[in-house]
Amino acid sequence: MTHASPSPGRADAEPVVVARRRAVMALTSRATEAELAAALDRVGRPAFDDIRAPQTGLVMLRGRTGGDGAPFNLGEATVTRSAVRLASGEVGIAYALGRDAAKVRLAAVLDALAQQDAPGLDEALAPVATRLAGQQDLAEARSAATRVDFFTLVRGED
Amino acid sequence: MYVAVKGGEAAIDNAHALLAHERRGDPSIPEITPDQIREQLALAVDRVMAEGSLHDRDIAALAIKQARGDLIEAIFLVRAFRTTLPRFGASEPLDTSAMSVRRRISATYKDLPGGQVLGPTFDYTHRLIDFTLAGGAAPPAPATATQGEAAPHVTTLLDDEGLIERNPSAAPDAPVGDLTREPLAFPASRDLRLQNLARGDEGFLLALGYSTQRGYGRTHPFVGEIRFGTVQVGFHAEDLGFCVDLGTISVTECEMVTQFKGSAEAAPHFTRGYGLVFGQSERKAMSMALIDRALRTAEFGEDVVAPAQDEEFVLSHSDNVQATGFVEHLKLPHYVDFQAELGLVRQLRSEFAARQADLDAMRKEAAE
Repeated sequence: MTHASPSPGRADAEPVVVARRRAVMALTSRATEAELAAALDRVGRPAFDDIRAPQTGLVMLRGRTGGDGAPFNLGEATVTRSAVRLASGEVGIAYALGRDAAKVRLAAVLDALAQQDAPGLDEALAPVATRLAGQQDLAEARSAATRVDFFTLVRGED
Repeated sequence: MYVAVKGGEAAIDNAHALLAHERRGDPSIPEITPDQIREQLALAVDRVMAEGSLHDRDIAALAIKQARGDLIEAIFLVRAFRTTLPRFGASEPLDTSAMSVRRRISATYKDLPGGQVLGPTFDYTHRLIDFTLAGGAAPPAPATATQGEAAPHVTTLLDDEGLIERNPSAAPDAPVGDLTREPLAFPASRDLRLQNLARGDEGFLLALGYSTQRGYGRTHPFVGEIRFGTVQVGFHAEDLGFCVDLGTISVTECEMVTQFKGSAEAAPHFTRGYGLVFGQSERKAMSMALIDRALRTAEFGEDVVAPAQDEEFVLSHSDNVQATGFVEHLKLPHYVDFQAELGLVRQLRSEFAARQADLDAMRKEAAE
């Protein structure tokens, strides 16, 4: 696998790349195909080939006994993965819940661009981050409005 | 015994074509789409995902459409679908303490960090048919409020005082039992029991949970906490060499706090039962937690006296795909079996008749 050339003299350069790839994948796994296509249009769509055509399979999801104890198998989820190689050599890999092959292929291209530290990548994915944060905030705010405010009735004895 | 029977092909083809016709219903009514099922029959989708043991809302919605709303048939379809896919591996254990909470209630503490958050619930509704829904009017926008404080697991509050048993941790890299790979054997470890219950039939688990409340294996349970919300799925991908975030799923978790256990070495403390289910299903999560605790009877040195405490009984009959397969197989041709039974009953009847004739003859002789 080809890694982005690390910044000269930085021993922790690879974890920085890994952190960036993880951050990009946390967005691409939750994005739609249309959102990723728009992001690639913004950042400039590179030439690429499939190394591994998108493939849908299963990941066994695990829980923990009592919430924090020993793991157990809760049930599976569909997951799609893809691997691409850019003309410039980077290998991009992506995984996401669901069965959307076209989306995961674009996510793999974005993973390859994350390794290049492609300029404008964060900005190109910003609309996805904004949508996800907005949806999460709204859902949490709606639940917060259903929180019970207990009050004690004052008895008239004293 | 099954018998090869030929000659039904045309009838079967026509029966399936008739099924497809009936599935569509009155063609003057718009056809339902899987998207509509996914969005508007979300709890049916949740049940099919949980008992189909496959988290995929679109597959579950399509299965419900194909099954004409027969949820056990839909679960069967989902189980069959999963067998067509390769497995990439297992996720990191879901961190339910980091859940983005939509609903969170406790029946043991009124005031607790994070509060009682009712969320979208049927509780406190009057269970009166709402005829306005027939008209399709848009509901009012839900209220919003500023988000509150974090909601830690309620049992951690008890844990701080040592009042509740600790959840068992696993040895690092200890294998996690998987009943989709190895046939279930008894006694089953708790990880296998939880996997079995998580995909078990909601009605079966509900009835068994109810039986423990009515005295068949009483544990005196309290709902320490029920929470429903979204959790992220982490997966260590071999080809990447690091853990990636696959996305978000919704789960319901129930922690049941049950009556005491103590010993010469340990002071009395509460015990636990645990339930975790895909989607929003408190009935299932609560039932699972009741049965998880009931199945720990032997672990606590108590006698197994009730059905819910008998792991072979519970775990062998919880799977509705297995159950429906064996019950419904009785519909299949048993012509030769039945011919054998017919021959047997005719022979028994002729023997009976011969004995009766002998008795009659003896009685007649005695009378004369």
